[in-house]
Amino acid sequence: MSVQVFKIPNSLKKDAKYTFCPGCDHGVAVRLVAEVLEEMGLTENAILAASIGCSVTLYDFLNVDALEAPHGRALAEATGIKRARPDKFVFTYQGDGDFASIGLAESMHAALRGEKLSAICINNTTYGMTGGQLGPTTIMGQITTTSPTGRNKEYYGYPIKIAEHIALCDGTAYSARVSLDSVANIKKAKQAIKKAFEVQVKGLGFGFVEILSTCPTNWRMTPEQAHERVKNEMMPVFKPGVYKDITVNNQ
Amino acid sequence: MNRIVIDENKCKACYLCIKECPKGLIKVSERTNNLGNKVVEFCDPDKQCLGCAMCATRCPDLAITEVYRG
Repeated sequence: MSVQVFKIPNSLKKDAKYTFCPGCDHGVAVRLVAEVLEEMGLTENAILAASIGCSVTLYDFLNVDALEAPHGRALAEATGIKRARPDKFVFTYQGDGDFASIGLAESMHAALRGEKLSAICINNTTYGMTGGQLGPTTIMGQITTTSPTGRNKEYYGYPIKIAEHIALCDGTAYSARVSLDSVANIKKAKQAIKKAFEVQVKGLGFGFVEILSTCPTNWRMTPEQAHERVKNEMMPVFKPGVYKDITVNNQ
Repeated sequence: MNRIVIDENKCKACYLCIKECPKGLIKVSERTNNLGNKVVEFCDPDKQCLGCAMCATRCPDLAITEVYRG
């Protein structure tokens, strides 16, 4: 008797074909979100506030209701959706440029207000869709199309550590950083996404997960080399871990 | 019998699954799909597949659609 141990979740559209580049970890992150939505029975009740960036076509893949937000304003829009329909499960899926650069004010204030929302932020240390420019999370020394000599503190300043900043907000119920560089870490990432969704369902506050992802195209690497870079260069700077979890402190 | 199912037309030839398989059962085939990529294929003549689903967990493009154990 054979048992099916892996299947594509029903919360992903049937025959969904990703438009991401080969080897891009966006695909894994979207699947994890879909799996968690299905496991928690939220698919029917969920509304996505879609963002701008490589994640822009997410509504083409996920089988949930969605509204497209202007660049960076996904959490402002999600706030409106949630306040109008508090019975719905509202979440955003954004890139680092959308969440932490143009949308930093909206993101930070959604966390400070303690909105009952869940936000996923994909950190690939660059602006992927527009051609690999220096982004808010570009690490020191990294060469991009707009920092050809590498990021230095004199000219470009320092990268933002999003999960730590969101954890400092009083309205945040859960903030964590996870990585997709290995299968073990992909499983941890799924648990973190589940937790960020649970805090909204329980009405505890803002749930946030920063996911360290790859951009093989703009890093000019093979998918395998890109995972090595996440492990060796990104994870020492952006340390994975749970930075705030009020459900643990309450116990 | 443990086995995986590959949807060849979704494979973008990133070959991340090849490294992930603990038994080395996934290989680059000679076939190309409708995207023009040389797709991966599952070769398990000695029934070594563990059904661990690590390949499917790693695949970023949902090309490994099903994994069966037993």
